[in-house]
Amino acid sequence: MISGISIYHILTLTSILFFIGVYGFITRKNLIAILISIELILNASVINFVIFNTYLYPNRLEGVFFSIFIIAIAAAESALAVSIIVSFYRMIASVAVKDTETLKY
Amino acid sequence: MEQIIFYILAAIIVIFAVAAVNSRKILHAVIYLLFVLASVAGIYFLVNYNFLAALQLAIYAGGVIVLIIFSVMLTHNIDAQLEIASLKSKLIAGALSIGGMAVTLYAIYSYQFNSIENHQAIEVSDIGLKLLSFERGGYVLPFEVISILLLAILIGAIVIAKGQHLIEQEHKQNQQKL
Repeated sequence: MISGISIYHILTLTSILFFIGVYGFITRKNLIAILISIELILNASVINFVIFNTYLYPNRLEGVFFSIFIIAIAAAESALAVSIIVSFYRMIASVAVKDTETLKY
Repeated sequence: MEQIIFYILAAIIVIFAVAAVNSRKILHAVIYLLFVLASVAGIYFLVNYNFLAALQLAIYAGGVIVLIIFSVMLTHNIDAQLEIASLKSKLIAGALSIGGMAVTLYAIYSYQFNSIENHQAIEVSDIGLKLLSFERGGYVLPFEVISILLLAILIGAIVIAKGQHLIEQEHKQNQQKL
């Protein structure tokens, strides 16, 4: 734990980071920019797992394992998202959300 | 000292996260995301989770950022400006985010966490042993599931990014040879 910093400070920071990500997710109109917002949201949740582990249950390791699995799944998800975006760009020559209507109906 | 470093890291995280969701140039947004991820690794170092900080730097700051930069370069002109959202949608999204943040912070501050004092670092060997133990409380099954997931993602990403177009062309070429 960080001396002089309580768990409330860090949880405030992570909720600010999470909702900045949500704001970007709603306002952005580009697939890659939305992917960036998703990375922000996932990072906020990973920090939360680490902080709960180190402040509340310091002699257990569950938070570390969940963080490792979240990081692995986030990396896999962004790889798949990037390949889908590149495939979309080949089909419709655009990465804007309003042009992606192949799966609309 | 640690307090000052934490506040500096928190300021970097918030400022560059706002810049990453507001920047009009997509490549700049990716670089701002890189700063955010590196500062998050700094927070892991502060709470003595060295292994997770190394993972964060290697996978996020090393791998995911390079992947996103490559996808930006494959799909955008380098000078392309992103279209900005209308003022109305910005206001609605801002109000939603601030409302959600208010609810979350109210829930956090009204709950009494009883934190435990500790300053010892976690041994990396403990993480490795627990990750591969198949006794009660071991994590070998999720570990194997993650490895299969990564293999499936590897193959799926190649197949999806290769695209229908190229496969049809190869098919036609093969037929012409026959």
